[in-house]
Amino acid sequence: MTPVLEVAHIRKRFGGITAVDGVSFEVREGEILGIIGPNGCGKSTLFNCILGQLQPSEGGVKLDGRTTTGMRPCDLNRLGVSRTFQLLQIFPRLSVRDNLILAGQEHEGTMLSRLVGPRDAGLTSVADQMIEFFKLGHLADERAGGLSYGQQKLLDVAMAFIAGPRLVLLDEPAGGVNLTMLANLKDRLKAFNAERGATFVVIEHNMDFVMSLCTRVIVLAEGKVLAEGLPAEIRADPAVIEAYLGH
Amino acid sequence: MSHFLGSRASWLAGLLLLAFLLLAPLEFHRYGLYILSQWAVMTIAAIGLNLTLGYAGQVSLAQGAFVGVGAYSAAILTTQGWPLGLAILVAIALCFAIGWILGYPALRVQHHYLAFVTLAFSTLAFLVFRNEAWLTGGTDGIDGVPRPVILGISTKPHLAYYYFCLLVLALVGLAMLWLVRSPWGRAFVALRENPLRALSLGVDTRRYTLMAFAIGASLGGLAGALYAPLVGLVEPPVFTLALSLSLLMMVIVGGSGYFLGPFLGAMVAVLLPEWLRFLESYYLILYSLLVMGLLIYSPTGLIGILDRFLTHRRTRAASAARASLGASIERP
Repeated sequence: MTPVLEVAHIRKRFGGITAVDGVSFEVREGEILGIIGPNGCGKSTLFNCILGQLQPSEGGVKLDGRTTTGMRPCDLNRLGVSRTFQLLQIFPRLSVRDNLILAGQEHEGTMLSRLVGPRDAGLTSVADQMIEFFKLGHLADERAGGLSYGQQKLLDVAMAFIAGPRLVLLDEPAGGVNLTMLANLKDRLKAFNAERGATFVVIEHNMDFVMSLCTRVIVLAEGKVLAEGLPAEIRADPAVIEAYLGH
Repeated sequence: MSHFLGSRASWLAGLLLLAFLLLAPLEFHRYGLYILSQWAVMTIAAIGLNLTLGYAGQVSLAQGAFVGVGAYSAAILTTQGWPLGLAILVAIALCFAIGWILGYPALRVQHHYLAFVTLAFSTLAFLVFRNEAWLTGGTDGIDGVPRPVILGISTKPHLAYYYFCLLVLALVGLAMLWLVRSPWGRAFVALRENPLRALSLGVDTRRYTLMAFAIGASLGGLAGALYAPLVGLVEPPVFTLALSLSLLMMVIVGGSGYFLGPFLGAMVAVLLPEWLRFLESYYLILYSLLVMGLLIYSPTGLIGILDRFLTHRRTRAASAARASLGASIERP
């Protein structure tokens, strides 16, 4: 079966610095792949190369067997690839519901049909379902900027899911989230994976979160793949312990 | 603000304002009607800039130049015998096309860098208005711009032309309300607040940026096409950077990114100086102080004051509801 995502020999240079150095991997349907590594090892740069935010210096990306290298992020998103960022990226002046409607509205019809069509692009009920799914129901009409950090983080993740993506790339979803909210987030991600068959790639520093959520883990160090395997194998890998996990 | 716009009080206020705008001018003299017509025309231009700057977050110092392009288009065509309606369509189309092209630099530069690009266009437009005498009449401008006859009614009387401008303003206002409440409006806000995230959510930020410039510019052109018959004379000094700055002030003072902002901002910029004229030579000093004071008190403009008040009232009501709920739970 064709992998959902194929990353082949991606290399990204910034002047004399090589941030990502020939990274290759595949992500299969329904998989939750974790990418870990010390700060500055090229995880976010790799994400940006996959998602069209940066043009790789070398190498290529395929989505469902189709080459998508250099494709614009908005076009990739419409192909079913969604993402979150390391830092919160919501629209604080819009309501929670409007944030979600915005996240889904560009997936149907044309610009013209969106102008003359319904105000909510027919997404209110879908947005409300997503709000309930992420347990934010009581906040639907609140301005997103007024929510707590953890609630904003849930909204941020919910926005990546509303259009029913095939592949979601999550950049440090657990960063700055308290333990209760973290359990809720993990629970929602697992449910989404199980119920809707979405495939995830997750960058994360929280090892408990990664090891309990992911089915496979890749370790990056200095822009290269250091190790790849099941969570238990990664935990026991001496090279990984030396470079990242510590004793 | 949606609560505000949707409330019964706002509808009542709107109806009262409409009644005032329809009935009060019946008692106005020639100059009063001229000023009120100018308010309507400049509000249309400010609505356009509010879309580009206020909603989509793209800085533009070229709106005055688009008013100029529209005014010259209407003046050139109507003095050649074209009906104003057709001249308006040409002005809108021309400004839409120029605005679209001017939007391209916004795909690469932002903020004050973009302001300088649009400033350069503004200067270029002024030079064309002044130097290309074969087309624009040069420093003499174009005189004798006729007012239209609409459905057999001449708009030569000031009152008739005022109602015509008010009708166009109402149509533009309704169209803009539709636009900003549609998915496009949401996409423009996303473009302003976080273009990176918008792009990752499938929003074609390139196309929306160009569209924000083009629609904003076309409304500037429409305002210009109405301005030309209002004054009857179109000449270069009107369309300098000062007009762009004045329109920018209307948007900022009224409330950038709020639907009603340009209406109020244009009142402050066009009507307030006239109301202060009783102060004779001091009126501009007081006017400047009032505007500065307002922006210090409320950087989000006049509508910002109202928004703060309504948010405060909502928060207080929610706190009271929570307190009463808490009390009822504690009571056995």
